[in-house]
Amino acid sequence: MAKVGYTRRALLKGGAAAAAASALPAPMLWAQETKNIVLRQFGTGVSNLNEVAQKVKEDLGFTLEMTALDSDSVTQRAATQPDSFDIADIEYWICKKVWPTGNLQAMDTSKIANYDKIVGIFRSGKLTPESVIAQGTAPHSVGFVDGPGATSFADEETGWMTLIPTIYNADTLGIRPDLIGRPISNWSELLNPEFKGKASILDISSIGIMDMAMVCESMGEITYGDKGNMTREEIDKTFAIFTEAKQNGQFRAFWKTFDESVNLMASGEVVIQSMWSPAITAVKSRGIPCVYQPLEEGYRSWGGGIGLSKSLTGMELDAAYDYINWYLDGWVGGFLMRQGYYSAVPETSKNYMSENEWGYWFEGKEATAEITSPFGDVLAQAGEVRDGGSFYDRMGSVACWNAVMDENQYMVRKWNEFIAS
Amino acid sequence: MLKNRHVTGWLQAAPLSLVLIGFLILPIVAIVIVSFWRATEFSIIPAFTLENYQFLFGSPVTYKVFLATFKYAAITWALTLLIGFTAAYYLAFHIRSQTVQIALFLLCTIPFWTSNIIRMISWIPFLGRNGIANSTLIDMGVIDEPLEWLLYSDFSVILAFVHLYTLFMVVPIFNTMMRIDRSLIEAAYDNGASGFQTLVHVIVPLTKPGIMIGTIFVLTLAMGDFITVRFMSGSQKANVGRLISNDIALLQYPSAAATAVVLLCTVLIVIGILLRFVDIRKEL
Repeated sequence: MAKVGYTRRALLKGGAAAAAASALPAPMLWAQETKNIVLRQFGTGVSNLNEVAQKVKEDLGFTLEMTALDSDSVTQRAATQPDSFDIADIEYWICKKVWPTGNLQAMDTSKIANYDKIVGIFRSGKLTPESVIAQGTAPHSVGFVDGPGATSFADEETGWMTLIPTIYNADTLGIRPDLIGRPISNWSELLNPEFKGKASILDISSIGIMDMAMVCESMGEITYGDKGNMTREEIDKTFAIFTEAKQNGQFRAFWKTFDESVNLMASGEVVIQSMWSPAITAVKSRGIPCVYQPLEEGYRSWGGGIGLSKSLTGMELDAAYDYINWYLDGWVGGFLMRQGYYSAVPETSKNYMSENEWGYWFEGKEATAEITSPFGDVLAQAGEVRDGGSFYDRMGSVACWNAVMDENQYMVRKWNEFIAS
Repeated sequence: MLKNRHVTGWLQAAPLSLVLIGFLILPIVAIVIVSFWRATEFSIIPAFTLENYQFLFGSPVTYKVFLATFKYAAITWALTLLIGFTAAYYLAFHIRSQTVQIALFLLCTIPFWTSNIIRMISWIPFLGRNGIANSTLIDMGVIDEPLEWLLYSDFSVILAFVHLYTLFMVVPIFNTMMRIDRSLIEAAYDNGASGFQTLVHVIVPLTKPGIMIGTIFVLTLAMGDFITVRFMSGSQKANVGRLISNDIALLQYPSAAATAVVLLCTVLIVIGILLRFVDIRKEL
C-alpha cells in the first residue's frame, strides 16, 4: 500500500523545514494516488474556508471538499449520517452529543507531530498551571477517550484524542462606545434599563442561554451550580428574568445571523448586544466605533476541532492524519489568527505572521503599522490595541464554555416560549 | 375501450388527481402522522404519542401566539380590503380607456418583479431609529425624538403585510368589477340612487365573490407567514408560523408537525365560515 507520509515526516523537522518541503515537488511514485484522494469535510462556517481547501490541494495534493452548515444541522448530520463525511469540523459541545453515537474514531496522538505544542486548554484543561477550569463543556473534558472504540470520555490525557483543536475564541458583549459614553464592565449591563429598547441577544438557543446565564449571575439574581449544565429550576429562573425584560421592551431585536448582528450595531438600533468577534471587525471596517468589551465576569468561550469519521481507513486515513499535521503546522493558524481567532498551536502560526501581526493579535501590543485581514480589509491602524489584550489575558479569563445540557430539550422548549412571549 | 364514458372520464381526471395526491394529500398525511411521533435531539421515533399536542395545548404561549396570528390576519385583511377595493374601484369605474386601465394594472404588479423578502427588508433602513422616515420627520420639526415604534413592532409587521398582500386583494376584486354589467349601474342612477347608494347596494354585493377570493388569499398568506414577522419584528413578536419554524430549526419535527396540523385546521375552519357567506362557484 502506498504511504502518504511525506509531509508528515517533513513536518517533524519543524516549521522551517516544512516550509521548505512544501515548496518541493511531491515524489512522483505515489503522487498520482494521492491526487485521487478526496476527503469530505463538513462543519460550521467559521473554519470551513475555501482558502484552506485550495492550500491543501497545493501542499498535500489531495482534494478537500467543504460543506458549511449551521450548528444544529452539523450535529444532526454527525450523529445520523456517519458515511456522509470523512472529517467533521465541529465544536466541542457538539462532540459531547455526537461522540457517544460511535460515529467518530479516536486519533493516535503519537501520529500528531505538534501534539506537545497544543495549548494546555485542550490537554490538561489549564492554560497555565495556575488556571482555574471554567464551567460548561471545557474542551479537555471531551477531548480524550481511553482508546480506539471507547464511547465515554477520559478524565486526563490518554494518547487518544476525539477532536484535534483547530479554532477557538473568547466571546463577550459588543458595545457602541460613542452611543453609550461611559465605561461598561459587567454582563449585567445588557439588562440595564438605561439601554431600554437598545439591547439585543442572539436567537440561537445553545449560545444565547449561556449569555443569559452570564447576565443573571452578574446581576446577582442567580448563582448557578454549573452554567453549562443547568437544572430545570435554574432554566426557569433565567427565562423568567429575560421574559420580564423582553416584555418591558429592553430588547430592540434578536439576531440569528452574523449579518443581522452587524446591521443592528452599525445602524445604531442597538448599542449593546451579544456579538461575535468578526462581526465587531465588520462594524469597525465601516468606520463606526465598536468595542468587543472585556467584562469583569470573564468571557464565554467556544472551541472547535476536527474529528475523523469511523469509516476512514487505509490511505484516506493516512491522508487525514497528514491533513491534521498540516493544519497544526501554522499556515492555517496564521490565516485564522489574522482574523482574530486563535489557533491550537500558536507558536507554529507565528512563522506565518509578521511581527506586527503577532504582537497585535497574540501579545496584545500596540500595532506598529496597519493591521489587515487575510482578505485585505484594514482592521486596525498603527497604535491601536486589541480589545481585551493578549492571548493570556483573554483566554485566561474564560468564565464558561459553550455547552450542551442534560436538560437541553426542556431548555429548547423554554427558549421557543421566550421568543414567542 | 376509450369509447366507454367512464374510462374517458377517469383518464381526464387522472392528471390533476395524481398531482393533487402526490403534492398535496400525501405531504399532509405525512405531517399528520409525524405529529404523533416522538423526537429526541437527533432522531425521530415512530410511535403513537399525544405528547406533542398535550404540550401545545398545555402551554399558554400557544394561545397567545394563535391570538397574535388572528390579530395580524384581521388587521391586515381590513387594511388590504380597504386599499384593494379603492384601487380596484378606481381602475374599474373611473378609468375609461382600456389601454390606460391595463397600463395602470400592470403598474400595480411592478413591485412583484423583485422578491418579497427584498421588498420587506427594504423597509428596515427606511423605518429605523436613524432611518429616512425618522430623520425626515425630525427635520420637518414634527417630532423631537425618533419614533421607536416604527420598526420592530406590530406596526412594522402589519405595514409589511399590507404592502406585500394588497395586490392579492386588488386582482380578484378588479376582475369581478370588470364583469359587472354597466347597465345595472346606469339603472341605479336612473332610479335616483346616489353614488354611495349605488356603491353599497349594487357594486359591493356584485363584487362579493372577488372580495371573498381576495380575503382567502390574504388570510391564508398572513396566517401562514413566518419570515415577515421574524424580520419586521426583529424576532420580538411571534405568530404560529414562527413557532413552527423555531421547532424545525431545533430539529423538533414532530412538535412542528403538530403545530402545523392545528394551524391547518384553524385556517380551514376560517375559510369554511367565509364560504358560508358567499357561494363562490355560483357567483362566478
